[in-house]
Amino acid sequence: MSAVIDTTGPAASQIPAKPQSHETVASLHSITKRYANGVTALDGLSLNLRRGEIVALLGPNGAGKSTAVKLMMGLSSPTSGNVRIFNADPRETTTRLRTGVMLQVGRAPEMLRVREHITIFRGYYPNPMPYADIVKAAGLEGIEDRFFGELSGGQKQRVLFGIALAGDPDLIFLDEPTVGLDIEARRSMWSQIRSLAARGKTVLLTTHYLEEADALAHRIIVINKGKVVCEGTPAEVKSMGTSGNFSADGASSTAQHGLKIIRCITTLTAQHLLAMPGVTSSETSGSLTLITSTQPEATLCEMLALDQTLNSLEVQSPLLEDAFLALTSDRN
Amino acid sequence: MSTATYTLPTAARPSSVRIFLTEIRYEVLRALRTRAFSLSAIGFPVMFYCLFGLLMNRNEDISAGVSVAKYLLGGYAVFGSLGAAIFGIGVGVALDRSAGWLELKQASPMPPLAYILSKCAMAVVFSLIIVSILTVLGITLGHVHLTVSEFAHIALFAAIGAIPFSCLGLAMAFLVPPASAGGIANMIYLPMSFLSGLWIPIRFLPHLLQTIAPIFPTYHLAQLMYGSLGAPMLGSTSSHWTGLLGFTLIMVGITWLAIRRSEQNS
Repeated sequence: MSAVIDTTGPAASQIPAKPQSHETVASLHSITKRYANGVTALDGLSLNLRRGEIVALLGPNGAGKSTAVKLMMGLSSPTSGNVRIFNADPRETTTRLRTGVMLQVGRAPEMLRVREHITIFRGYYPNPMPYADIVKAAGLEGIEDRFFGELSGGQKQRVLFGIALAGDPDLIFLDEPTVGLDIEARRSMWSQIRSLAARGKTVLLTTHYLEEADALAHRIIVINKGKVVCEGTPAEVKSMGTSGNFSADGASSTAQHGLKIIRCITTLTAQHLLAMPGVTSSETSGSLTLITSTQPEATLCEMLALDQTLNSLEVQSPLLEDAFLALTSDRN
Repeated sequence: MSTATYTLPTAARPSSVRIFLTEIRYEVLRALRTRAFSLSAIGFPVMFYCLFGLLMNRNEDISAGVSVAKYLLGGYAVFGSLGAAIFGIGVGVALDRSAGWLELKQASPMPPLAYILSKCAMAVVFSLIIVSILTVLGITLGHVHLTVSEFAHIALFAAIGAIPFSCLGLAMAFLVPPASAGGIANMIYLPMSFLSGLWIPIRFLPHLLQTIAPIFPTYHLAQLMYGSLGAPMLGSTSSHWTGLLGFTLIMVGITWLAIRRSEQNS
C-alpha cells in the first residue's frame, strides 16, 4: 500500500490538479491606476480569477502587484477600468463577507491573545469557519493563549493566515504568505492552500519565492510596469521566458516544452552551436558555455561528436527564476 | 456544504451591535494590558495631582469653600482625559495605520465605525478610571469634600470630554507621519494643558494667553468641571458646550478630509 503512495512521490503531489470550473469570481478589466503623484501603477491591466484556482501574481518590486491586489480588496479605486468581485463592487460589505485577506502586517495589536484575534475576526462573518478548524488549518495549536506580541515571525504569519480563513471565504488574497516561515511550516501552509482550492475556493497569491509559485499555482500571471507580461501554467511561463520569443497572450508553442539548458566547457563557437538542431541561444561566460535547446538530445549528440574535449557537462530544466528575469528585464 | 452559505450572507449578517461590543471590549482589554500605555496614561495625571494638588497644597482656597485640591481635581481629570485620547488614539491609530493593520481591518467586513468607536470607548473608560482615582486620592489625602452629585458631574464631563479629544487624536493619526506621532502628541498634550489652565488657574496666565484659551477644548471642559465643583466659571455653560461641539466637528471634518486624501493616494 505504501508503494502506491510512493509512486506519486513528492514531486507529483506538488503539481495541483487543474480546476474544472470556468466560473469567474474576480476580474480586473483594463485597469489604469494613476496615483496623485503622477506614478502610473497599472496600465491597462486585465486579469480574471476562476473558481477553485490558485493564481500567483509575480513581478519585480514596483510592478503593480500590490496595487492590483488592493483594487480587488476594495481598498483603492481605479483611475479607469472595472473591478468586479463575485460580480459586485469589492467595497460592498456583502462582497467582503466572502473574501479573506492576508496582508503583510508589521504589527497587529500585541496585547491580544491569538484566540482573541481569531474570535474578533470570526465575529464579522455570518458563517465563520469553526474555531477548531482555523486553529488546525493555520497550525496554531499550543500558541492560542499567547499574546500576539510574544510570537515569532513565523507564528505571527500563521495567525494572519488564520485571520484570513476566519470567514470561511470563497476568495482569499494572500500577500507573501510564507515570509519568515521555516520549510516545514511553509510546506504545511502550501498544503492548506491546496486544500482550499480543492474545496472550490479561489486563491490569489503574491510571492517573491518563485519556487512557491511553481509548486503551488495553477496559473502564474507575470506583471511588470503595470502590464501583464505573460500568463500561463508554471511550465508554460518557464518556456516562454527562456525561449526569448514568448507571446503575451499565453500561446506558447508546444515545441518548447522540451526546452533544456545545457552547460559545459567546449571549444565550439557560438556560431557553430546556433547552427545545431534545436539550439535557441548560446552564451559564453568565462570558460563555461550556456546553451538553450528545444531538442537537447540531438544537440548533445552533435556537440559530443564534434568536440572530444567537451567536459563539465550539465543539463537542466529552465527554472522559473530564469524565466522571470527574462520576462521582466528591460529588454522586454 | 458551502452552497447554502453563498445565498445567506445578507440575511444572516452578524448584528452590528454585537460587532461593536466585541470590538470595544477587546480594545479596552488591549489598552489596559499594554502597560507602557496604561501606566503612563493613568500615572501622569495621578502623579501630577499628587505633586501639585496634594503635596504642595497649603490648605488654601481658590474661592469660598473650594480648596486648591478640589479645584485641581477638575483640571487633572481633564488632563487625564486628554492624555488617554491623544496617546491612545493619536499614537495608537497612527501605528495601526503604518503597520498595515488598519488596512487589514478595512478589507474585512467590519463596519469602519466599529474601529473608531472602540477607540473612543477606550478613551472614555480610561477617563473614568483616572477621574475615579483622582477623586479617591483627593478625598483620602487632600481633605476634599465632594458630594455624590459633584462626582457624578465631573465623571460625566470627563467621559464626554474624551469624545472631542478622541476626535483630535483621530485627526492627528491621519495627518502626522506615524514615526513622529509620539513627539507631536507631547507637543499638543503639554502646551494645551498649560494654556487651558489645567495646572495653573487661567487668571494667573498673561492676558494674551487668556484670550486664546477658548480655542482649546480643554479650556471649555475645565470650566465646566470648575463650575460643577462650585468654583467660579469663566464664560457661560452654553458657550463651553458650543466650544466643545464646534471643536469636535472641526476635528471630524479634518479627519474626514485626511482619510479622503489618503484614500486617493492609495
